[in-house]
Amino acid sequence: MKPTINAIFRPYSSSDALRSDRSAGDRQRHRQKVREAVRENIADLIAEESIIGKNKDRVIKVPIRGVKEYRFIYGENSSGVGQGDGNSEKGQVIGKTDGTGQGQGEDKAGDQPGVDYYETDVTLEELVEIMFEDLELPDMERKILREVMSDRISKRKGFRKAGIRIRLDKKRTVKSRIKRRLATTGQDGDPTDEEQRFPFRKEDLIYRHLVEDVRPESNAAVLCIMDTSGSMDTLKKYLARSFFFLLYQFVSTKYRNVEIAFIAHHTEGKEVTEEEFFYKGESGGTFISSGYNKALEVIQARYHPSLWNLYAFHCSDGDNFDSDNPAALKAAQELCELCNLFGYGEIKPLGSRYYESSMLNIFRRLEAENFQTVLIERKEDIWPSFKTFMSKERTPIATETPAAAEQ
Amino acid sequence: MAEWDVKDLEGWDEKIRVKVQEFGLSCFDQEFEVCDHNQMLGYMAYSGMPSHYPHWSYGKSFEKLKTMYDYGVSGLPYEMVINSDPSIAYLMTDNSFCLQVLTIAHVYGHNDFFKNNFTFKSTQAEYTISRFKVHADRVRSYLEDPSIGVERVERILDAAHGLSLQCRRNLAIKKLTLREQRKRMLEAARPAADPFADLHQQEDTEVPNLNKIPASPEEDLLLFIRDHNRTLSDWERDLLTIVHEAAQYFIPQMETKIMNEGWASYWHREILNSLDLPQDLHLEFLVRHNQVVRPFPKGLNPYYLGLKVWDDIKRRHDDPTPEEIEKYGRPTKTGTQALFEAREVDRDASFLRRFLTEELMREMDMFEYEPRGEDLVISRVSDKEDWRDIKETLIKNVGMGGVPVIKVEDADYNQNRSLYVKHYHEGRDLQLEYAEKAISYLHRLWGHEVVLETVVNNKRALLSYSDDGFSAKPLK
Repeated sequence: MKPTINAIFRPYSSSDALRSDRSAGDRQRHRQKVREAVRENIADLIAEESIIGKNKDRVIKVPIRGVKEYRFIYGENSSGVGQGDGNSEKGQVIGKTDGTGQGQGEDKAGDQPGVDYYETDVTLEELVEIMFEDLELPDMERKILREVMSDRISKRKGFRKAGIRIRLDKKRTVKSRIKRRLATTGQDGDPTDEEQRFPFRKEDLIYRHLVEDVRPESNAAVLCIMDTSGSMDTLKKYLARSFFFLLYQFVSTKYRNVEIAFIAHHTEGKEVTEEEFFYKGESGGTFISSGYNKALEVIQARYHPSLWNLYAFHCSDGDNFDSDNPAALKAAQELCELCNLFGYGEIKPLGSRYYESSMLNIFRRLEAENFQTVLIERKEDIWPSFKTFMSKERTPIATETPAAAEQ
Repeated sequence: MAEWDVKDLEGWDEKIRVKVQEFGLSCFDQEFEVCDHNQMLGYMAYSGMPSHYPHWSYGKSFEKLKTMYDYGVSGLPYEMVINSDPSIAYLMTDNSFCLQVLTIAHVYGHNDFFKNNFTFKSTQAEYTISRFKVHADRVRSYLEDPSIGVERVERILDAAHGLSLQCRRNLAIKKLTLREQRKRMLEAARPAADPFADLHQQEDTEVPNLNKIPASPEEDLLLFIRDHNRTLSDWERDLLTIVHEAAQYFIPQMETKIMNEGWASYWHREILNSLDLPQDLHLEFLVRHNQVVRPFPKGLNPYYLGLKVWDDIKRRHDDPTPEEIEKYGRPTKTGTQALFEAREVDRDASFLRRFLTEELMREMDMFEYEPRGEDLVISRVSDKEDWRDIKETLIKNVGMGGVPVIKVEDADYNQNRSLYVKHYHEGRDLQLEYAEKAISYLHRLWGHEVVLETVVNNKRALLSYSDDGFSAKPLK
């Protein structure tokens, strides 16, 4: 019997298979969306990471909301049907509501939010890269950085027939004498025969040649100054930490060698470890000037401005003793002179406004072009404040960047 | 690849086609395309379509499939077959010869189902391929149009994809025109015919508002927006149509998943058993077959459930037990007649309702689970009292039952062109995070405020999305 249904077979062609990658365009667009989503969530991400000075290769899981496909679906209170192995009993736990541990083949799968939960891995380095892409300050590249031309070293560069005695290269000099001797006496002459005098001549002498190499300095130090008085609670410290993280990461992308110093202060300033800085609570009043003076001391001792690019940032809730204000202002002035960038961030979480005193008004009197104050009220403020802060970096050439001038 | 070549497949395919005909299946012509696993992943990402409009979600789907395949989380399906005339199926080069033969037989099962089941009548299988191709070309032309571009096309497509399943489910029921709807409204408002009208006092009749839009609640959200939002450009309307039509094409497949997979599994088994396979092939076939139709513990395998029910229909008609005769009466049809009738007139919901018996449910140890805190806990098992409830829950969740019913009630709510949509709540709440986003899509397409009436924790609530963003309030 001949069947009436027709069928044809199209055989496999490997060249077609190699040529056809039909989803390439859509995949690329999807990746772009992932990147955009990471960028949108950056404010959350940086506020949630425990980070400073962590390994660049560290992988961070980023939940992606931007590329989820939303529909109207049923929520958690809906029940479902499954099948067992014959021993199912009431009350038996078969899985979790988030979809883990549940059997496969569930009819509703794919519509459930848990299944569409989408995460992507980003290394810290990539994240920082995306962050600073977002900063959209392309003109801040090298040009603006203050390059300190202090790193002078001498570097060897070839040999010369003339030079000073101290740079005489003895080995090469002896070799060149042996060469000359062989050339004049021929192979027969015994080189070890010291009976026959064969003195050094001037043309045997070879000197090392040195040139001076001046490299732009690429050391930077980040000085994190924080008020650890009694009024700084966990939330405030958490906001501060996020800011310091950004600052550190930013500086790290620009300089080869970055050091970080933590200065905690209440009525007196002292240098502490990262751990103590963020977690150890202190009590008592606040002299902001004490923190600044300590920072100045640290700079004096370890980070001389002629060798280091300095970035200092101070976080406080602005609750300073009035009597200290003039001293604080004076110290801040000094810091501005030494640092590439000095900033003051006042952290006042919403709802804690009853501390009326604020340093923002005081610092308004400080006129330095590399000084910036920011007010941080909640997590979302961190990223915008950081952007404004960075835009203030001291420009040695001109305040106006070419790109800005074009607009 | 050394194991077989296309000639071998063609030989077995011919034998299979003879059997297909002997068994009384009626199929579209069939095309088989042999592909490698990368091409297969590509076809899967685009629902099997040889040509499909581009959108990032398909790239995402490809990456997801590939990751799962590369890490061995999930294998690839042995077959992929699309509902078109002629039907197209893909066979993977990496599969063993036995799997290819099994797949070919399985494909004819699907092919027959596509051709004969009533839900697929609306899909116009002969135009499937060309329609998707034309849609793809049009979307590409919008993407390349310098006055439109990727961003604007995606803005519409993203929103439309989120709403595409909010449409009529039973496409065999005719959609009434506006004129017909108005006629019905008038008829419904007219008082019932009364032979003693002269004696009775005339009742007051309320004149229905014939200008109301929509005349009756409208389920096709995308089409409604397309036809009633005058600010949309032609290309935006066209995108809505394209997405709507694509969704309509796939709905029958969602609606018949269990039947369709069960049917194809039933016939590949019958065909291969009747083929006189060499013994080694036959043994491998048994192993593969049992892998495909094995129950998933704590889950639900549509292949298994479907096959079980089809087998039971056949047995109950051909060889009923005395208790069954007592309970359901003596069968009036042969098993084969009953099978072919059900494959034509049922969808998953009606199929399960008609043929999933208490005994079968007990045999499969079906249970109902519900969330309690963090855990999913079995709340009912198939015993005397509860099996009906479990069956109801199952029917509620199959096919489009998993998609909430949402209809447009009023296109001029509060007389300010706000769109009032209502969720027809039947016990299951919406997932609110998703609902919020989906409403924002509605708002994006509608251009004015959108209000959704739903029930949250047994309280009626209005969720709305306007230019100022999302808000929710309880409804008295």
